[in-house]
Amino acid sequence: MNSTVTTAEETNVWGGGNQPLGASYGKLMMWFFLVSDALTFSGFLAAYGFSRFKFIETWPIADEVFTHVPFFHGNYPMIYVAFMTFILIMSSVTMVLAVDAGHKMKKNAVIWYMFATIIGGAIFVGSQAWEWGTFIKGDHGALETKGGRILQFVKADSGERAALRDFAVTIPGERVAHERKNGIWFFDEGELPTYSLNEVIEGFKADPNILIRTELINEEGEKTLLDRKASLAKLADATMVVEGANLIRNEYGSRLFADFFFFITGFHGFHVFSGVVINIIIFFNVILGTYERRGHYEMVEKIGLYWHFVDLVWVFVFTFFYLV
Amino acid sequence: MSATAHVDGHVHEDHGHHHKETFVTKYIFSMDHKMIAKQYLITGVLIMGFIGIAMSLMFRMQLAWPGESFPIFEALLGKWAPEGVMDADVYLALVTMHGTIMVFFVLTAGLSGTFSNLLIPLQIGARDMASGFLNMVSFWLFFVSCVIMVISLFVEAGPAAAGWTIYPPLSALPSAQAGSGLGMTLWLSSMAIFIASSLLGSLNYIVTVINLRTKGMSMTRLPLTIWAFFVTAIIGVISFPVLLSAALLLIMDRGFGTSFFLSDIFIQGEVLHYQGGSPVLFEHLFWFLGHPEVYIVLLPALGITSEVMSTNARKPIFGYRAMVASILAIAFLSTIVWGHHMFISGMNPFLGSVFTFTTLLIAIPSAVKSFNYITTLWKGNLQMNPAMLFSIGLVSTFITGGLTGIILGDSTLDINVHDTYFVVAHFHLVMGISALYGLFAGVYHWFPKMFEGRLMNKNLGYVHFWVTAICAYGVFFPMHFVGMAGVPRRYYENTAFPMFDELADIQVLMTVFAITAGAAQLVFVGNFIYSMFYGKIGPKNPWKSNTLEWTTEQKHVHGNWDGPIPEVHRWAYDYSKVDENGEYILPGQDYVPQHIPLQQDEEELNH
Repeated sequence: MNSTVTTAEETNVWGGGNQPLGASYGKLMMWFFLVSDALTFSGFLAAYGFSRFKFIETWPIADEVFTHVPFFHGNYPMIYVAFMTFILIMSSVTMVLAVDAGHKMKKNAVIWYMFATIIGGAIFVGSQAWEWGTFIKGDHGALETKGGRILQFVKADSGERAALRDFAVTIPGERVAHERKNGIWFFDEGELPTYSLNEVIEGFKADPNILIRTELINEEGEKTLLDRKASLAKLADATMVVEGANLIRNEYGSRLFADFFFFITGFHGFHVFSGVVINIIIFFNVILGTYERRGHYEMVEKIGLYWHFVDLVWVFVFTFFYLV
Repeated sequence: MSATAHVDGHVHEDHGHHHKETFVTKYIFSMDHKMIAKQYLITGVLIMGFIGIAMSLMFRMQLAWPGESFPIFEALLGKWAPEGVMDADVYLALVTMHGTIMVFFVLTAGLSGTFSNLLIPLQIGARDMASGFLNMVSFWLFFVSCVIMVISLFVEAGPAAAGWTIYPPLSALPSAQAGSGLGMTLWLSSMAIFIASSLLGSLNYIVTVINLRTKGMSMTRLPLTIWAFFVTAIIGVISFPVLLSAALLLIMDRGFGTSFFLSDIFIQGEVLHYQGGSPVLFEHLFWFLGHPEVYIVLLPALGITSEVMSTNARKPIFGYRAMVASILAIAFLSTIVWGHHMFISGMNPFLGSVFTFTTLLIAIPSAVKSFNYITTLWKGNLQMNPAMLFSIGLVSTFITGGLTGIILGDSTLDINVHDTYFVVAHFHLVMGISALYGLFAGVYHWFPKMFEGRLMNKNLGYVHFWVTAICAYGVFFPMHFVGMAGVPRRYYENTAFPMFDELADIQVLMTVFAITAGAAQLVFVGNFIYSMFYGKIGPKNPWKSNTLEWTTEQKHVHGNWDGPIPEVHRWAYDYSKVDENGEYILPGQDYVPQHIPLQQDEEELNH
């Protein structure tokens, strides 16, 4: 922006016959579109805040949910999402460089910076997909009670989370698959959990080292751990085994937690994905020299605005889902 | 268009009317703002308006004569009116669709779409909208959403029937009512497309006003119509996306098993899996749009009224800057009052008192506007043509409807009248009838601009106005008392409550007025269609108005002005302006159009 404006012009900035904000209509439209999109996201985040506040005492603790890093085993809370966030922010930086190179009409620099931006965006979307996959698959497994609450398991000696596979026993049982050729109309069976409720209960009873952890957050900010006796009593309420997450129930706790996680990161991921697609289109236009002929790289600037916005939204999503 | 004779030099680079236009590019996929305005008017107002009003007449008949058989019900409702008696489910569907169509399709898209498109470029001195292409896309998305909404009337289980506010869980569970099945799915799809259309339209209006004003057209010289459209578009951009949030979450709840708005529901002995959601959350999201929506509907009508009233009172608008300030104040306040729709929804009562406070603040800018209209009329040389009558009618209904708003906006007083016909009467007068009057005023006033100089028949206009005005009050005035007596809205019939028996006659009276008012609209439609083809061609500036649109040729050209765009030298309201000797500025004419330079020794009015 040119910061030296003469006073004579200044009095007439809004006088008509000019562009008072010094921006073309297309750029202004992008800005106002972003305002509108920001409000859609605000609607979602406000709804998330509203729901989380309602269940503030039982909301899952993000540090205990997002602990995975691809190719590594172990407990690394927030490491991978921090990496994703870093990549996305770096792609914003390369976008800034692309816009700047566009101002200087350096076609090759624009091409390379756009390319880096696209790669960054693609890594982010891919990571998001992996994150979803891990979240859906689950890790430890849990039981659901009659009231729809989630019971998780902890090893008494080490205080670590216990997965169902750590203690559940295998009870031989006979299941015969019903086949269509038998001529009876039937529903396909849904997917069975790895262990049946009975196997988990029996395993629990057999292993005195396992305790139950409820959703309720105690005064230290940790989930309440029941002692062995209370755990056994609580076990009677269990009605089903929950492994991983879907839109109806999840092993992490409150149902709304997974609902909002899927919806908001999904909506954001959709934005990133669209951004990558548009970036690719612009990228090819740059290579073909469309903007060189046009004499300016404003399209790169407009998509840049969108890209920064998507980044900024992620900062908020990251803050509210992962950090606080 | 190439047939247009060009007298003077036309070498301007932005004269887009040299290439041939086919029927398709001229009438269907047109990018010309004047054609798009007419498309909006015909689709949004005439067609959707006809459907919406016809629905209201049908359920008014049911309310007046509950359970009675009418052949017309059987003809129009088919299986939902066995032997001509209206079914209760379809009653709810009619109420829902009437609300949806009137609020969104007629008064949001129809009103803003028509007049923002027509007037923004013409009155600010631009050749077209900033992006003609997006403008066209906006209209066609609107058209698609209309088609989907109309299709939903014909699905097996009936259209959406959960009220235009589609509160879950009623709207979320197909097992809750028939209309919450495919009908509601179509409703939500239609609205999602509608929101996209509204967004594209609004973006265009905003950037056009910011970037394309002609030389000299400063923000404080804009006609108030433009201010109103501009601010309306801004509220639209801010509030509609939140409705999209609500709609998307509801779609997830309906189709994918999430629990955003649903919790602990038992239907027919069966426990549904939903847990933890909150219907109040939906209400928050919905009304964050819903309340600004009221002003999206009303502000354009107020803007049109300002312009029509000043022109026809032959006086400058009283308090131009106060008008602008109150438009901005209303826009701002409209976003922080949504809770007054939820006083008895289970919202925290403390919040209720906060929302009462912000709501009552709206009375201030509204009163400023009302007083300014009245003072504009005061001692004016009133030209009582139909547009002017409708403008005055708007001020009347705006005040009558607004006064009851003070009662409803108060969280304690609201308890008694919440969800009664008192509310129905209030919002129909203050936003429904007022906005329609503004719409009619606009159509009568700018009809010549839309249809190349043709005027609408004045006498039929008078018939239209007086019958409408009397009948609108005839419907909605008694409705206040019915509401205060406690009759709840959205009830199929009230015969089971003996305490309402003595109100039965009033219900009949209101219905008779409603049917008469409906008939009066046919006069308007007839007048409209007749005048489109056979209307008398009037002078170039039939109302002796100051604004720029009357400096264009009657014949439509793409790019609006045949020659260069006029430059603006004064505000839009130099009516009956005299010099120190008491003579008109331009001899023999009581108005000075905006493009006329300041005359010798003339002082620019300090507005």
